[in-house]
Amino acid sequence: MSIEEQILEEFTSKEYEHGWSVDFEADETPLGINEDIIRFISAKKEEPEWLLRWRLEAFRLWQKMEEPKWANVSYPMIDFQAIKYYSAPKQEKKPNSLDEVDPELLKTFERLGISLQEQKRLTGVAIDAVIDSVSVATTFKDKLSELGIIFCSFSEAVQEHPELVRKYIGSVVPSNDNYYAALNSAVFSDGSFCYIPKGVRCPMELSTYFRINAANTGQFERTLIIADEGSYVSYLEGCTAPMRDENQLHAAVVEIYAAKNAEVKYSTVQNWYPGDKNGKGGIYNFVTKRGICVGDYAKISWTQVETGSAVTWKYPSCILKGDHSVGEFYSVAVTNNHQQADTGTKMLHIGKNTRSRIVSKGISAGKSQNSYRGQVEVMKRAENARNFSQCDSLLMGSLCGAHTFPYIDIKNKTAQVEHEATTSKVGEDQIFYCQQRGIDEENAVALIVNGFAKEVMNKLPMEFAVEAQKLLALTLEGSVG
Amino acid sequence: MISIKNVQASIEDKEILRGIDLEVNTGEVHAIMGPNGSGKSTLASILAGREDYEITSGSVEYFGEDLLKFDPEERAQKGIFLAFQYPVEIPGVSTTNFMKTAINKIRESRGEKALDAVNFLNLMKEKMKLVDIDQSLLSRSLNEGFSGGEKKRNEIFQMAMLEPKLAILDETDSGLDIDALKIVANGVNKLKSKNNATIVVTHYQRLLDYIAPDFVHVLYKGKIVKSGDKNLALELEEKGYDWIKEEVALV
Repeated sequence: MSIEEQILEEFTSKEYEHGWSVDFEADETPLGINEDIIRFISAKKEEPEWLLRWRLEAFRLWQKMEEPKWANVSYPMIDFQAIKYYSAPKQEKKPNSLDEVDPELLKTFERLGISLQEQKRLTGVAIDAVIDSVSVATTFKDKLSELGIIFCSFSEAVQEHPELVRKYIGSVVPSNDNYYAALNSAVFSDGSFCYIPKGVRCPMELSTYFRINAANTGQFERTLIIADEGSYVSYLEGCTAPMRDENQLHAAVVEIYAAKNAEVKYSTVQNWYPGDKNGKGGIYNFVTKRGICVGDYAKISWTQVETGSAVTWKYPSCILKGDHSVGEFYSVAVTNNHQQADTGTKMLHIGKNTRSRIVSKGISAGKSQNSYRGQVEVMKRAENARNFSQCDSLLMGSLCGAHTFPYIDIKNKTAQVEHEATTSKVGEDQIFYCQQRGIDEENAVALIVNGFAKEVMNKLPMEFAVEAQKLLALTLEGSVG
Repeated sequence: MISIKNVQASIEDKEILRGIDLEVNTGEVHAIMGPNGSGKSTLASILAGREDYEITSGSVEYFGEDLLKFDPEERAQKGIFLAFQYPVEIPGVSTTNFMKTAINKIRESRGEKALDAVNFLNLMKEKMKLVDIDQSLLSRSLNEGFSGGEKKRNEIFQMAMLEPKLAILDETDSGLDIDALKIVANGVNKLKSKNNATIVVTHYQRLLDYIAPDFVHVLYKGKIVKSGDKNLALELEEKGYDWIKEEVALV
């Protein structure tokens, strides 16, 4: 069966699919944030002193910072004292293998269509599963470690590889980078850690699956990927959350470090709960993702399919420091109902002959607002830097908005920067044409939208492409007619 | 097969069809001719189910069912095919993909299983040969950047794939050079059988040199004012539409 057919077949369910929650016994902090909470989190994770100090410093910085207001989104003031900063499903002791993981947890992931039992897994994907504040399981660890690849939860990395964590944490996204990065640095609870040694090509996709389960809880995970010289890794990230009436905060940080000749491909399918039709509830997704191509000929590629969240504020970026390094950003952002997305990228050209490519496809429906915000900056010594940006917007209906905010800052005359933008509407003519061939309206929209987003969808690893195509269709369910 | 009775239709209160009567049986080819603005394309659109028009009176019976109550996709699933005068572009969706979706939707509506990849490809190959169309065209985004001839040929290819019971060709000859016209007409002729019917809507007679109609109707000011056999088309070619207009004026 082709991908298209599968989507069409599954195009029948009406509601957000992952909107359930499970009652675990949870180990959690009271509402609110202060230094004691941070000490509690750090102690819970048996962290070394330096990391606690790093957190506290970030917290002090955060207290002096102001929430950014420049994004083209609006939402009520967040009460940071009304959020729980740590919630972990209670487990008797740390599991040593999957057999010891709470079966309820395994079931939770199975409901999400993710089996953590290695023998049942699709070959070719290793998964780190994170519920609320902690990583519950990482698959294929042993197999990967034979190649010297470290793939584990962030907490484990702090225990097992403190020298690597200490060296790289905050090296790409410093804790004072922005308001939410500072908050994350203070209270981050878990996340994934990945190290690919010199010359190793990671033989399988590495994946992190994030799930917010507990109520009133923020999720603050941190991902750190280090690709040593000449290595390659493809990394996938997926996220879901229960339907809840209140808004929940997700403020993550992802740092990617690519050494000489290394290549990192990072793909996200973001499907946080978007809120209901009237805009009630949903996740605030304020995320800082950045990669640095430190060495020559390094390459970092971001691919994202953003369908969820009530409010999204996210700019996966590349710092192209090494000569001949390459940065790519491929994005499909879909907003429906009352969703708001302000997303895009930043490409900072520092090295010579650096290249970047931006392809952004925004799809707006309902009363949603969808903004692309991108910055291309070419520094003085970046001889022959090249950038190509393409921003396409597709509108459905007349109540939504699409906005493009491209910033270009060139300090070297040899730079070549191109920007193309289009805006189109899903036309009645297109829909009628499909209908006349026997395809009903909903399926026609799915077909048209997937066609529009194809260039980006093709960049996704196979394992994700199907899920992503289905998501596009589901997100836009009921947005025509 | 289809029985159109006293159909009147308007768009934004402007009356376009003023009582159309037409009977088409299986195995027949009907040509509907007429000057610009006579309502030819409106008739084609109404049969396909386009919602822009309001049908103010009359009825259309299709294999004993009231056609007008069905959605456009249901009509297509029941075997009505419209070759568009202006085929629509759908970026990022190849003809192959489009046809696969369409065929399987139609099969689904008939309670049939989806075609597997092998059978679908075999069907494609067979129909490509029939309408003389190149694979490379079918892999490109639907109608995007196609020449006029390629678009029309693609319509006929889709028609071949979907094997309709009633095919309506809306000005399929417009914008075609003589070679393209022959290819299109050839495709239509090959698809003709005693189990299906074709309505050819055209302004000019020249398409009818290649697709021989059993009946020719002249539409003028929203009414069929004259019907005959293919000689009527030749007469129109020779004399133009003015004599028809005069005749109508006299009545």
